[in-house]
Amino acid sequence: MTTARAAAIILAKELRLEFRTRELLTATVIFALVVVVLFSFAFDPTAAESRRYGSGLLWIAFLFAGSLMLNPSFAREQNNETLDALRMAPISSFAILLGKILANFIFMSLAELVLVPVFAVLYNISLAGIVWRLILVLMLGTLGLTVTGTVFSAISAHARMRELLLPLLLLPLLTPLLIAAVESTASLFAEQPALDRTWLAFLTGFDIVFLTASWLLCDHLLEE
Amino acid sequence: MKARIAITALVALLIFCAGYAALFIAPDEATMHAIQRIFYFHVASWNAMFCAFFVAFYASVAYLVTGNRKWDALGVSGVEVGVICCTIGLITGPLWARPVWGIWWTWDAKLTSTFILWLLFIGYLLLRGLVEDPEKKASLSAVFAIFASLDIPLVYLANRLWRTQHPQPVIAGGQGSGLDPTMSKVLLLCLFAIFCVMILALIDRYRLELLRNEAAELKFEIESRELDAADGAANPALQKGGL
Repeated sequence: MTTARAAAIILAKELRLEFRTRELLTATVIFALVVVVLFSFAFDPTAAESRRYGSGLLWIAFLFAGSLMLNPSFAREQNNETLDALRMAPISSFAILLGKILANFIFMSLAELVLVPVFAVLYNISLAGIVWRLILVLMLGTLGLTVTGTVFSAISAHARMRELLLPLLLLPLLTPLLIAAVESTASLFAEQPALDRTWLAFLTGFDIVFLTASWLLCDHLLEE
Repeated sequence: MKARIAITALVALLIFCAGYAALFIAPDEATMHAIQRIFYFHVASWNAMFCAFFVAFYASVAYLVTGNRKWDALGVSGVEVGVICCTIGLITGPLWARPVWGIWWTWDAKLTSTFILWLLFIGYLLLRGLVEDPEKKASLSAVFAIFASLDIPLVYLANRLWRTQHPQPVIAGGQGSGLDPTMSKVLLLCLFAIFCVMILALIDRYRLELLRNEAAELKFEIESRELDAADGAANPALQKGGL
């Protein structure tokens, strides 16, 4: 079986599992919403202030929500030791990882799809005219978040206190992604929206570096 | 054993000479005066930190390639010693910056990157403490160390790009171009001395880790033998049967 086909099967399994209950998605959206609301008390959310701080707020909410959402990705395979079953299947370990990365990417994107319009309304930011460019930035940022997050979820799944450990390992690693994503979103929220090519290239580079590293290291990550 | 004591004494002497040279032989700096002397240890600890983290990165890759537990022991030793050097650098930096720049800390590229570096490798040590299975601990922490090492150039690049697009909060102080010849000689001595201390600590930590691994294995063996003996006592038929 090719890696792509195996990854697609893993992806379908993850989606089926999640859409039976939708627990993870609901909790993620609500958590990010709580963060967004809490931030409105940290500064005065007028239109001018929102343009300055809005992009940072949005990405901090995504990063926090992501670092919590990614935890069950491997942790729930531990309960019935289903990861061993997956490993026994005649598929490459990268297919398992890729399927999970794609599933998490879809979950995170869905959460963002709900959150961004709500955020725009609450913080008086106009999305008209920047939707496609914003989607591009969000996709690149979310890919970086889910690639590193899924790998670290596989790491922290074997540890005690894994719910606490994952954000602790993941958030410092994501600082370059945070800077790049915030800066490119901020230039879209500005009065004259523009797509910052430097930061877009940086985000792409981040995704490529860690996707390649995951591909090279996945055998050690999922070994028995 | 004798050789180790001799080497340790030699390094102690070296660090004493370096301290003396930095405090009394190096000329006074024109604008910063005595506080500038912290520079000799500040720069030297960064240098040692980079070497230690490089050892850790190399050892992590080598562990994943060979599967030899010795590389894992070297990896954790490199990270621990590197974190200590990093902490020294992070403490001496603000001590120097406060009188010279007028502030303890600024979020410029180098400071931010080293702070993130410190956080990442503290995370590495935490991770090792929280994973029970020794094999898992070794391979997972090696993967994490490689990810963290890959991240550092990106952190630095992101901060460089970001801060150059914004005005720097502080551009006062710092070194002019070129050092006084005596200063650079003292600096070289200090770099070498701190580097030797780091290597000594690294080797000792590495030995300790190997001993710990051995002790853990022996303990496991004793426990399993005791378990076997208890089984035998409880079930003599099993023992007679030649199992």
